[in-house]
Amino acid sequence: MGLSVILGNGNKQLLSLLYQGRKIARRYLVTNGFDGTLTMLGLMTGFYVSGTTELGVAINACLGAAIALFVSGFSSAYLSETAERKQELRELEQALLVDLEESRYGEASRYLPLLIASVNGFSPLFLSLLILSPIFLAYHGIAWPWSPFLLAIVIALFCIFLLGVFLGRISGMFWLWAGLRTVLIAVSMAAIILLFDIGR
Amino acid sequence: MASTQKIVLDVLKPHQPNGVDFAAALADLSPDYQVRMTVVEVDEKTESVIVVIEGENIEFDPITELIEKMGASVHSVDEVEVHGSKTP
Repeated sequence: MGLSVILGNGNKQLLSLLYQGRKIARRYLVTNGFDGTLTMLGLMTGFYVSGTTELGVAINACLGAAIALFVSGFSSAYLSETAERKQELRELEQALLVDLEESRYGEASRYLPLLIASVNGFSPLFLSLLILSPIFLAYHGIAWPWSPFLLAIVIALFCIFLLGVFLGRISGMFWLWAGLRTVLIAVSMAAIILLFDIGR
Repeated sequence: MASTQKIVLDVLKPHQPNGVDFAAALADLSPDYQVRMTVVEVDEKTESVIVVIEGENIEFDPITELIEKMGASVHSVDEVEVHGSKTP
């Protein structure tokens, strides 16, 4: 049974057109996921070295940053992708001399920006909330053997390592080296923050 | 009522969907449709194709609707074979 039979006539084309956006979505997933994770790592390192004990303040600051990353990621990707898709559609319309708004191309040009924007918005939000989770749990009475900020830093470094491994899989690079490379970037950033702390 | 048994269309389509998917989508309109597609010209963004559809009773409107849904357009109907019925 063909895919077109399962999905109905022409729907396979819509799926195929949306599937073509996977590379863009993958790029956004890593770019903004990395952005979100490093932002959280920076905040956590800052809280840790400053000896903050006010978990509520840290949660509010990190949630604020996470929401800002989500809104920024979603809106910027949606606006830029909508503009790109509209231009592509217009060029194809000029070549075919037809209005493609009601065609699968028109539908794809409307759905694809939403899909990509969701990936770009939710990737930093999800990773930020994951990194924030030990602090959130500590705030609600869970006792950790170590500082919750230190745990958050470890989770952030692990997330960054996984993003590196993911990139390594795409490029065909050895996964461990690819993961360590991104961790090295994160550690360098944390070291710069620590330098600022020493300089106070 | 007369039944259309063969229709030849000159179609301008984008590269996506490719020829196989384009022809398969048209053939799926009815179990008795047989579709042949020949590419006659390829440009940067488009290709001109000749689509031959054969069947017992071809319905033209769903075919053009699907072609337009796939982002293509019918330039001309180049050939039609219609069989008349004996009943008045």
